[in-house]
This record gives sequence, C-alpha cells and structure tokens, in this order.
Amino acid sequence: MGEGVRHAEEVMGTVFSFDVRGGESGAVRAALREAVARLHEVDAVFSTYRADSEVSRLARGELTVEQCPPEVARVLALAAEAERVSEGWFSARYRGVPDPTGIVKGWSVERAARRLAAVAGVTGVSVGGGGDVQSLGVPEPGRPWRVGIADPLRPGGLTAVVSAAGAEDLAVATSGTAERGAHVVDPHTGRPAVTDLVAVTVVAPRLTWADCWATAAFARGAAAGLKWLESLPGTEGLLLTADGEVLHTEGLAAYIA
Amino acid sequence: MHALRKNRPLRRVVLASATTVSAVVLLLSLKPHTSPSLALGASAQAPRGGASAPASSGASPAPGDSSAPGGAPATGGAAKTATGETVQTRWGPVQVRVTVKGGRLTEVTALQYPTENPRDQEINSYALPQLRREALAAQSAQIDMVSGATYTSTGYRQSLQSALDQVHG
Repeated sequence: MGEGVRHAEEVMGTVFSFDVRGGESGAVRAALREAVARLHEVDAVFSTYRADSEVSRLARGELTVEQCPPEVARVLALAAEAERVSEGWFSARYRGVPDPTGIVKGWSVERAARRLAAVAGVTGVSVGGGGDVQSLGVPEPGRPWRVGIADPLRPGGLTAVVSAAGAEDLAVATSGTAERGAHVVDPHTGRPAVTDLVAVTVVAPRLTWADCWATAAFARGAAAGLKWLESLPGTEGLLLTADGEVLHTEGLAAYIA
Repeated sequence: MHALRKNRPLRRVVLASATTVSAVVLLLSLKPHTSPSLALGASAQAPRGGASAPASSGASPAPGDSSAPGGAPATGGAAKTATGETVQTRWGPVQVRVTVKGGRLTEVTALQYPTENPRDQEINSYALPQLRREALAAQSAQIDMVSGATYTSTGYRQSLQSALDQVHG
C-alpha cells in the first residue's frame, strides 16, 4: 500500500505528473499510456501554437465547430458556462476568435484523472498539469492527498498545504504572474489584466472549474475576486496581493492541512 | 502485520536515501540548456529503489558508511548519513551525501560536481542550493503534488513538483 504508479509527461508546453494508487499495475500502466495519448491528441486539436490544429483552423474560419472533433464543441460549451458564471471575467475568445486555451488544460487534467480512477482496484489518483492538480480518492488508507501551494515570492517554498478535508474530489488551481509574466487578459479590454494580485489559488471539487475561477478571480483583482469566490458554492480561494497580503475565503480553513 | 509495520520505517529510510541520491545525481547531470525531453527521459527512468537508473551506481550508499542498510531503525534515532558513490555523468563526476533523521531527509550535500568551466560554476551556484531546498521542502511538507502559477516545461525542471516527482519516482 502507498506504492503507486508515477509518471511525468511533457505535453501542451508544460509537464503533467501522474500518481496512481491501487489497481493491478499492468492495467494502471495501460490506462496511463491511454491517458497520455489522449493528452497529446488534445494538444494537436486545441493548440493555438499549431497552425494546423482544428482550433487554429476554426479561428481562421476554415472549419465549423461541427467539422471539428466532438471535444471541441464540448469544451466550447464548458467555456461558455465559465464565461456566464464568471460574469465575463473568464473568456474563451481572444481578439474575437475562439481560444479555449484557458480551459483546456484543467479540463484535460480532470478528464485524465477520472479515467485513471475508473480502472478496477484504483483507490486514489492525483494528476497535476502545469501547476493545476486534480486528486480523487485517497493515496493510502487514512490519509488524504496533500497538495502544496507554491509560494510565488519564495521559489521552492510553500504558501500553504491543502488536503481534501474528507471529500473524495479535490482540485487545486493557481493563476498568477510568477512564471509567465502578465498572461491573463482582461476580456473586457483585451489587454493584460490590471490586478493587485500576485497569485490566486482556487480549491474546488472539479479542476475544469477551479482553473477557470482562478483565472477569473485573478483578472478581477483582490477585493472583487475574493467577494466573487465567496459567492460560489463549494469553492474556496487563497489570494496573494502584490503588497504581500494573504486573503482567503471563509471556508478555506477546512482544507488547510 | 506488526513485523511489516516495524520494518517500514527502515525500508523508507533506504528508499528515501537511494531515490534521493539518484534523483539528485540525475538533476545534477542535467544542464539548464539541455532539452526538457532529455530531462524527462532521465527522470522517467529513475526507479523506485534506484535499481536501474543510469545513475544507479550512485544510488546505493557506500558500504563503509554508517547508513541505513543494517543500521538501527531511524525512528527518533540519530541522524544517518549515506554517501553515494561517485558517478560519471556526461558533464563530469557527481557525488552526493544525504542525511536522514527520524525517517526524514534532513540534508542534501553535493560533495563533487562538474566545475570544469565558468558556466558549470555559474549553474552550480544556483542549481545546487535550489535543488537541496526543494528536495527538503517537498519531503518535510509531505505533499503529493504542487499547485503553482503555470509551469512551462523549462520552469518545471527547476520546480518543487519536479523535485517531488524525482524524490518519489
């Protein structure tokens, strides 16, 4: 017990880390190969860096959504939902054309985790992709998954450690400027978001949403972002301001390990 | 069941020392300008017990050391030190020493590392302290994964998540 199948895969311009506990190791490895192959497929379909991806062709008007693989319509529908819930602060369009980049990674990580969790005998799965994590089940009896939140101001250090607090599903997503600079765009202006935040971490059951809400809260800024996160059911947030202030939703304490 | 329990801390110590030594060696053998895929190739090969990685000869503690194998159970005991053998990497010889106390990694020291040219020295001056800090942080916080603002593939190689993947790998 406690021994798992681990793997790190470079895809989508970042690295995905897998940790699968329980199950027969041959079956787990086969499912892992399948999950990894799916991630590369998703990259080929959704990458805006590849001129020949379906999403790039969609943006140029060469394809309709119906002509794309079914995942494209599914992801665009999820993105539309995220845009609605975030009151427009999350957007899957950039300069007027479809760009679901902001939702694809979280959605892919969550999908990979759920497929691995479906393998017979698997008791726990944790998948991280570019700093966003979806954990399901438990790593070993009597212990929840523990996810460290990287401290953007102290490389190698942690701001906090969160765990599932008794829930089966734990997603942790962080949005910020630590590594890629100002890459979050204010969808209302089309310019880099003007924010007083350094990083926002969102804790929720599903990474698809946690990822979108972290981006949206970051773009909103500290006061409005915190208030909005507080209004979302089952969702908690940890916000780090440029002044070094740490803000969090009321319910976050239950997840702090 | 009881016997199994009793053995676990000791086994953990061995595994922690062995995998950490090999992980550290693997990381040291990668220069920042090597390609990410190369880095991953190496990390993917880092085995659970340090048995068959390219750096495996460095993974087992040197026989003469007062280290984990055959030593007293580490729980609450004195610090145990394991020194890896010197490993020839493509960049030069690498040797590390890890200290484990109470079943936990408490120190990582590079005894030998490539210093042939100024670039090596420059890289080592920031890579070694960072690696040490991250290996220790990941282990002391007992975390399984790390959430942080989007890692690029390059950023990942110097990240806590990478240290974690390798220490556990």
